[in-house]
Amino acid sequence: MKYRIGIKAAVFLACLIPFGQLVFDAVTDNLGVNPVETVTRATGSWTLLLLLVTLGVTPLRKIAGWHWLIKLRRMLGLFAFFYACLHFTTYIWIDQFFDLQEISKDIIKRPFITAGFMSFVLLIPLALTSTNAMIRRLGKRWQKLHRLVYLTAVGGVVHFLWLVKADIRRPSLYGAALAALLAYRLFAYLQARVGAREARRGVLVSSRQGQGFQRPRPPGERTIPVASPETLG
Amino acid sequence: MLIKKPSDIKSSEITPKEIYLHRRKFLLGVTGWTATVALGLMASRSVSAAGNGDSRAKLEGMRKSPLSTDEPLNSYKQITTYNNFYELGTEKDSPARNAKYLVTRPWTVAVEGEVKRPKVYDIDAFMKLSPPEERIYRLRCVEAWSMVIPWVGFPLSALIKQAEPTSNAKYVEFTTLYDPKRMPGQRRAVLDWPYVEGLRMDEAMHPLTILAVGLYGEILPAQNGAPLRLVVPWKYGFKSIKSIVRIRFVAKQPLTAWVKSASHEYGFYSNVNPEVDHPRWSQARERRIGELFKRKTLMFNGYADQVANLYQGMDLKINF
Repeated sequence: MKYRIGIKAAVFLACLIPFGQLVFDAVTDNLGVNPVETVTRATGSWTLLLLLVTLGVTPLRKIAGWHWLIKLRRMLGLFAFFYACLHFTTYIWIDQFFDLQEISKDIIKRPFITAGFMSFVLLIPLALTSTNAMIRRLGKRWQKLHRLVYLTAVGGVVHFLWLVKADIRRPSLYGAALAALLAYRLFAYLQARVGAREARRGVLVSSRQGQGFQRPRPPGERTIPVASPETLG
Repeated sequence: MLIKKPSDIKSSEITPKEIYLHRRKFLLGVTGWTATVALGLMASRSVSAAGNGDSRAKLEGMRKSPLSTDEPLNSYKQITTYNNFYELGTEKDSPARNAKYLVTRPWTVAVEGEVKRPKVYDIDAFMKLSPPEERIYRLRCVEAWSMVIPWVGFPLSALIKQAEPTSNAKYVEFTTLYDPKRMPGQRRAVLDWPYVEGLRMDEAMHPLTILAVGLYGEILPAQNGAPLRLVVPWKYGFKSIKSIVRIRFVAKQPLTAWVKSASHEYGFYSNVNPEVDHPRWSQARERRIGELFKRKTLMFNGYADQVANLYQGMDLKINF
């Protein structure tokens, strides 16, 4: 148990490294020729990366069997939100200087900003409902609500893709990673449905075990209880 | 035309001390006695100098120009480490890092097409076509940042007069070197290489339009488009094509690299215009490099008095 607390603390500190780097570079005047751009890009990239890492927890748990990863998921998601807040603040403060008229025009007229703004807004309810108390209160609805993270991640990748002028290599890499993570979920979902149908027909399904995915389960049966703070914490 | 007073600020007063001292070190080096030590120091200290040993050599006989702005200059470091030059990489700092690959000698410039006197120039001869002038211009990038840069060059009109275009010549088309060895960015098809740009003949003949061969009184560094680049200060930066190998006079409007890449986003004219937004971002304001908050963008990048007459009667929203 102790080493798990150690892992959690280590991941917490690791997630703070990019922030620490930015603060250090700002203090030592090392943010480059266009510091605002450097900060915007770094915070945006870390938001996306942490979102992808958060979305990677479930597949890794199931494929590699590292179930203890679930203990890190909330923290990773909240760090994604933390970097998203820094990213958004840089935009409204330094870039637009709280010019609400300009900002709203931007959000309506610029598709890449529309996508980014949507993603940011969708992250807010997820962050607010990440406490144990909220997880208990929302019960089954909690998981439904938190599926919004898929939309947030898609919006984030689109935001990046629509922003670049010609070299789409980096946003494409994020896009490919996200596509793989979502494809895994779609595949698992379809397999579970097929499994459920077969189970209803009385087909023996135990032969499917150990093929990378969970044994298909009948509806209602789940590996993780939906609303248990123990497993979601 | 508005002729502004020449700048009374010497570049030496504005250049950051570190770079200024650095230049002295270089001069010490060439004058003889600690040549190797000084060059060694340079190579280790300055990425920009890598690859072309003479890239920080002084340009002789440079004159001031009344067309220069008197705004404070951006530093040599800012100008040479924050570049859009996709042939040397798509990140802002990659051109400076990859500058070493772009060897600029030997280099020829072909002047051809609808001209009475076509000629292939050796770059060193080309640079002597007209006496060098310092031109301190604002540069406004389509990405909404800007700088003030002390170029050294001569008016493009000087070359055009020598070449004697025929009456068929309506446009000038410029082409960048294509050589993936010297331009590693060309190994990926980010744009349809080689980069092509173009100007209408009256834009090309305009006194503000120059061919630049230097920066801060020295030979142009590779990342800024050595050995020869166009500078058209009232247009977005991407019109000012770098590392030119061909200047062709043509009858039809050239198909330029960015128009080819995304014609709904980039037009042939690409005049700086705060009223006409890029489809993906506003052009109303810009960040002057070195400043935190954005400032208003000026029509024709502040050169409206000199160039607005070129576009009389044209709808600049259509001809963006």
